[in-house]
Amino acid sequence: MSEHFDAIVVGAGPAGNSAAYTLAKAGLKVLQIERGEYSGSKNVQGAILYSDALEKIIPDFREDAPLERHVIEQRMWVLDDESCIGGTYRSADFSKPPYNRYTIIRSQFDRWFSKKVRDAGALVVCETTVLDLHMDGRCVVGVRTDRENGSVYADVVILADGVNSVLARKAGFRGELKPKDVALAVKEIHFLPEQTIEDRFNIKGTEGVVIEMAGKITQGMVGTGFLYTNKESVTIGVGCLLSDFKKSGIAPYALLEQMKAHPTIKPLLAGGEMKEYTAHLIPEGGYNAIPAIYGDGWLMAGDAGMFVNAVHREGSNLAMTTGRVAAETVIALKAQGKPMTAPHLAAYRKALNHSFVMKDMKKYKDVPEVMDKNRQFFTDYPRLVSQAARTLLTVDGVDKKTKERAIRKAFTGARSTFGLFADAFKLWRAFE
Amino acid sequence: MHILVCIKQVPDSAQIRVHPVTNTIMRQGVPAIVNPYDLYALEEALRLKDRYRGRVTALCMGPPQAEVALRKALAFGADEAILLTDRAFAGADTLATSYALSAAIRQVHRSLPIDLVFAGKQTIDGDTAQVGPGIATRLDMQLLTYVSKIVSLDLAAREIVVHRRSEGGVQVLKTRLPALVTVLEGINEMRFASLTDMFRAERHPLTIWNKDDARIEDATKVGLKGSPTAVSKVFAPTPTNRRAEIIETHGGQPIDLAATLVAKLFSSRPDVAFAINPSLTPDRRSL
Repeated sequence: MSEHFDAIVVGAGPAGNSAAYTLAKAGLKVLQIERGEYSGSKNVQGAILYSDALEKIIPDFREDAPLERHVIEQRMWVLDDESCIGGTYRSADFSKPPYNRYTIIRSQFDRWFSKKVRDAGALVVCETTVLDLHMDGRCVVGVRTDRENGSVYADVVILADGVNSVLARKAGFRGELKPKDVALAVKEIHFLPEQTIEDRFNIKGTEGVVIEMAGKITQGMVGTGFLYTNKESVTIGVGCLLSDFKKSGIAPYALLEQMKAHPTIKPLLAGGEMKEYTAHLIPEGGYNAIPAIYGDGWLMAGDAGMFVNAVHREGSNLAMTTGRVAAETVIALKAQGKPMTAPHLAAYRKALNHSFVMKDMKKYKDVPEVMDKNRQFFTDYPRLVSQAARTLLTVDGVDKKTKERAIRKAFTGARSTFGLFADAFKLWRAFE
Repeated sequence: MHILVCIKQVPDSAQIRVHPVTNTIMRQGVPAIVNPYDLYALEEALRLKDRYRGRVTALCMGPPQAEVALRKALAFGADEAILLTDRAFAGADTLATSYALSAAIRQVHRSLPIDLVFAGKQTIDGDTAQVGPGIATRLDMQLLTYVSKIVSLDLAAREIVVHRRSEGGVQVLKTRLPALVTVLEGINEMRFASLTDMFRAERHPLTIWNKDDARIEDATKVGLKGSPTAVSKVFAPTPTNRRAEIIETHGGQPIDLAATLVAKLFSSRPDVAFAINPSLTPDRRSL
């Protein structure tokens, strides 16, 4: 095949779609190659859509994008075996358009996004796997697919092929994924009638609730759980470091089953019917795990580049932003007539450094390490905090001062006074 | 030679869900696929084209989203693709569908005469197997259903010989062209399109016809108006309460396990047990 493109985008998730859309919109000749039957057929996410990142690509996306509910309430729960302590932020402000966050169902949302990419003029080819990158010396010049006459060439290739990025590994741009740098998340979608969801979560219309959870539900593994409300379903899931799953021998589905049986969660799912079960790897290695993201003739965006802010459960917005910025870098170089060499493509990294993407990634760069080395945050503290709450809230004739002393003793007994200060310091440093 | 292939976009029945409250089929979020039987029809048409040369036209009636199904047909090698789409077609049963499709086929025939029409044996959503025969009847074509093999095609003599699966055997049938053939699953194995074909499929302009383009004169014969079939109720079958049972080994030998299993099977079906060995009375279940 002699056909030449300005750019080839590998993958049709949020990063790939954002890149392909931005490139095509600027009039570049773009080819996007997706392995799945259609964009979204293989893509898995919680899923929350952050409006800001998409607005910067498709400002009027709200007009026709398939959105489930806009988020008006966020709950943070720390769970013990039997109990739950936490906080809620709910604001009527979140119910004033334009809404900031939405729950979405990715198979529908991605298909919508993919249609926008086609309409913008990109050539989108699905059910096609890119096997290798064509190199001219050190420079990427094209891709080889699994189809007959399967080679195709371009000035630049954007790798948006997801967390596993087999291509980047094969080409030596990235090492093997380390089990401590990825979380394995499993989730289920449970059907519930709209009215039941509204009643159960105290919402109406398209309002939605997001619950993030930590504590005993991960059985000492580094990870979190979540529950999101969709229009006519509830998504529930849990994710922990792959290295922890390996070490503990706990099966992910068993962890989810046990979480669903928690007395605080069970009533929220009661009467539901499970409709979907999916699993996915999430790159959670943070800033330190980010590989080289550009080189001669190539750029990397989204999960392939490990762009996930695990602390704030953000990923798709980083994917969209890196995809867009990658495209903008290519567009600018094209306009200036510059070649797609590493020194020129370095503008991509520079632009990301100045954006929230790298700033956030950098801010939490030590969190994975601190969490990995300090399991008390997933074991002792959830127990201590809920015990403290129970002690204080149980009215049994014991005076409050005695109760407080008992709580203090429980804490120092478990972690020692020095340990408590050290833990606080570690957290402050990691999240500072 | 000109072959027309009828394809339909259907919800992937493996992923279909019934709304627990309203009992209606939830189409939202269920991926649409090309009716699997139609892909065998398409591949068979493409194989004849490979052998005898000529053209293959894919025809699909459905909503605008059905474009995806036609693009797939183009990728596999169809030369043309026609999407028959009109709000007036909504709610069509097999009678109205075959009416609209035969009008469109007649219209295609006017510009390039058709020798063969191919279709899958049935669709996986309706499962009626009526539309193919309906078209043949309306167009006064020879009809060959449940075809498991195309033995020969003689374009000069205008004859086709096929194997048709029927109850208790295979019929070898010869008929004259033009004919409508509905094919069985497994008649062939679908090809894998080349990247060049994928590009062509994406870029090929689709022919989109509404009812006027297809020269449908009688609007009362299409869509809901032209459909005497009425769906009175849709319901999910009540799940049967059969449970799997695990037979514990307790460290026993395989032969003991087998004996326990056979005894259990016999006890649930004493009639079978009796037929096999009349001496096994219900009271003497153990082997």
